[in-house]
Amino acid sequence: MTETTPVTDTNGAAPVVGEDQPLISVHDLEVGFQTQNGIVNAVRGVSFDIYPGETVAIVGESGSGKSTTATALMKLLPGNGDITGGKVLVEGTDIVDHDEKQMAAIRGGVIGYVPQDPMSNLNPVWSVGFQVREAIRANGVATGKKEIEARAVEVLQQAGLADAERRMSQFPHQFSGGMRQRVLIGIGLGADPKLLIADEPTSALDVTVQKVILDHIESLTHEKGTAVLLITHDLGLAAERASKVIVMHQGRIVESGPSRDLLTNPQHPYTQRLIAAAPSLASRRIESSSAVAEAGVGADKFDVAQMAEQRAEKVDQDAAPIISVKNLTKEFQIRKGGFKSETFRAVDEISFDIPKGTTLALVGESGSGKSTAAKMILGLEVPTAGDIVVGGTNMTNVSRKDLFNLRARMQPVFQDPYSSLDPQRSIGATIAEPMKVHKVGDKAARRARVLELLDQVSLPEELAGRYPNELSGGQRQRVAIARPGAQAGRGRARRGGLRARRARPGADPPAPGGPAGRARAELPVHHARPRGGARHRRQRRGDGAGQDRRVRHHGRDLRVREAAVHAASARRDPGRRDRVGRLTLS
Amino acid sequence: MTRYVLRRLLQAIPVFFGTTFLIYFMVFSMPGDPVLALFGDRTPSDAVLQAVREQYNLDQPFFVQYLLYLQGFFTGDMGVTFSGQSVNEVFVRAFPVTLKLVTIAVVTEFLLSVGFGLLSGLRKGKFADHASLVFALVLNSVPPFVALFVAQYFVGIKWGLAPVTVGANATWGALLLPGVTIALTIYVVGMRLMRGSVIEAREGDYVRTAYAKGLTSKRVVPVHVARNSLIPVITNSAASFGALIAGTTVTEGIFNIPGIGKVLYDAILRGENSTVVSFVTILTVMYIVVNILVDLLYAVLDPRIRYV
Repeated sequence: MTETTPVTDTNGAAPVVGEDQPLISVHDLEVGFQTQNGIVNAVRGVSFDIYPGETVAIVGESGSGKSTTATALMKLLPGNGDITGGKVLVEGTDIVDHDEKQMAAIRGGVIGYVPQDPMSNLNPVWSVGFQVREAIRANGVATGKKEIEARAVEVLQQAGLADAERRMSQFPHQFSGGMRQRVLIGIGLGADPKLLIADEPTSALDVTVQKVILDHIESLTHEKGTAVLLITHDLGLAAERASKVIVMHQGRIVESGPSRDLLTNPQHPYTQRLIAAAPSLASRRIESSSAVAEAGVGADKFDVAQMAEQRAEKVDQDAAPIISVKNLTKEFQIRKGGFKSETFRAVDEISFDIPKGTTLALVGESGSGKSTAAKMILGLEVPTAGDIVVGGTNMTNVSRKDLFNLRARMQPVFQDPYSSLDPQRSIGATIAEPMKVHKVGDKAARRARVLELLDQVSLPEELAGRYPNELSGGQRQRVAIARPGAQAGRGRARRGGLRARRARPGADPPAPGGPAGRARAELPVHHARPRGGARHRRQRRGDGAGQDRRVRHHGRDLRVREAAVHAASARRDPGRRDRVGRLTLS
Repeated sequence: MTRYVLRRLLQAIPVFFGTTFLIYFMVFSMPGDPVLALFGDRTPSDAVLQAVREQYNLDQPFFVQYLLYLQGFFTGDMGVTFSGQSVNEVFVRAFPVTLKLVTIAVVTEFLLSVGFGLLSGLRKGKFADHASLVFALVLNSVPPFVALFVAQYFVGIKWGLAPVTVGANATWGALLLPGVTIALTIYVVGMRLMRGSVIEAREGDYVRTAYAKGLTSKRVVPVHVARNSLIPVITNSAASFGALIAGTTVTEGIFNIPGIGKVLYDAILRGENSTVVSFVTILTVMYIVVNILVDLLYAVLDPRIRYV
């Protein structure tokens, strides 16, 4: 299963140097983490080679050990982690017993690193220029103040920061996520390393920026003949960017090989599941489906129209919509330094209805105003103008008491599973909190409901006593999905409610059944896919009511397609259909 | 920025009036007649008593006294002590002494906090961490006056390493022993704050990125770990600055330091309203100013903070 064959670059270029000797050679690598319950083995006997100039991708869901493997190559494991077995040869030398000084020589100069989250990976108190110069100085690429400065500007420009010179003295918080990631790419490639480890370099970024960043990494490394180790959860993306793909699951390599072979002929069931779940492959299916539809070929498994048809449900046209939004507008005052301020229109006269029991997807890139709209509906933000009617109650001038009662029927699933869970509260307490606040059931009933909800999102019962920091990102997202179910799912409260969700696109793809699977299916339209198994089959119909609406975005006008998708949400028990309206943001 | 400072100073105005009024009222309500007390065992004639009362406006109703006091304060005249010296003069003489003492204490406290906090944080759970905690806690649990007496006895008298008392000519060197002793009894709070933020910063993504650049601990620890952990420690030290200035009475008594604490103590015993209120008022204003400076310092330490 762990065959490792050297492959030439997808673009046909031959490996640059040392064809016969791998740049990195990993043999039976084992990594263990010290936890309260003893040592947990995150990586269990992993072996692979990376040859100079080639691009290798490691694919797996969160917790599969892919990031741990990557950080082990640089010996940058967190404090409680350690390489417990095997060998890591960098240019023929085993680094397992290297001390800090020896590792410092390898880091940056031989192995460059582009981390996952551009928001947290730059030190907020130092200027961007300082942090780039530091990387250059450390690796001796340039000496002397002027040369280092010049090299830093050059590196940033190459990474795609056009006005690098001017922005050198600015601080990370003055940069957008995409710009920060460019800075980090600049730092990673600053010393011309032979291998660049890119650990989910785009999963925290906007869809529109992702491709640009990946293209940039690809062209830069190709130019210099740098080998790339790409860590991702998206098999489609891996296949597109890498010549060789390694699939990891629970700390082991389950399959590896040339990307095309792996994609067209997956052997391991886990790989097959990954292919079915890969977001980028799903969007490609949608793209190809329109071509298929034009050609008049139906009944293809790539037919997105049919997919939507399957999901569709007759909507009771006479019933009043559960949520009605009219000319909703939100303006913010942005300070311009000194005494001046400027009005920024985040949401510009949008109107839509959400009929009972349907799902409405609001799609747009970050800054398009979709989250602001959702916050206003939830009553977390006061609209500048316009009306919101939720279940017959107008949200303008709503009393605190009415708002409280509305919130029993209206629950968000927040975007970031890391910061939206209180680190001081156990998972069980977090899920039970809405029920407690709204006085639903007694203690025992709430406890039972918590366990039921955990089960519905395929999380084991033991998790109720754990704290967020003891869960993986994917598990946290499932908790975030379970939480709103707490009171919305019970008896009277169930009739007519709203769940706004913007599930994190980075959460692991092979989501299991229950609400987690459902929420995944409700991810942005281009992520949606038909799912096998009666439990998952939900009908969805793009009712053709998708309206084009203009949303202003930093001075540009973006056309945001508002796909109104009606759905019946069949629970595990198909006879018990809830009537929960949903607003999905993506 | 300027606007922020102005707003903060405006906020200080009600604080100023509130404190002065409260202090004036409390001193006014103290039992006993300060004028009588002034004469000790002798019994002065009513005419003399009346004259003294008039001299210090003590015959006026409370509000008039307070307003007269404020008038004096704003015209730069803080009144006269019972011994005939102007309060301004007394303050100018006493204040620099206390300032020196407190500066020594705060700087030492800050250095101890950062040093031991860094050590504890980097060696979390190891021997050095536990040892430095136990050491700091023991020092912290000793009452300051005991610590001061012990320091005075051993360092000053037995070993003769430092002057036993400070005296009228309070030099930096003479104030070193009491200053450092105070610092030793309070640094545990700052140390724990530093330790906590170091532990958090060490696990930070940007620290890992710094190592990934090829930097060694020698650079990462001061530049990326310690630098980011300083903010809470600085707040704590600045807060203790205010508290220490007001709380030097015991220290100044034991080491015979002619600072604010000593003057204040004597004035309270004698019921000298104007002296007490003036001193407390100036200390309040200083406390406010120090806090504004600390807030501005945040912006220097953390560029994400911008005052508008």
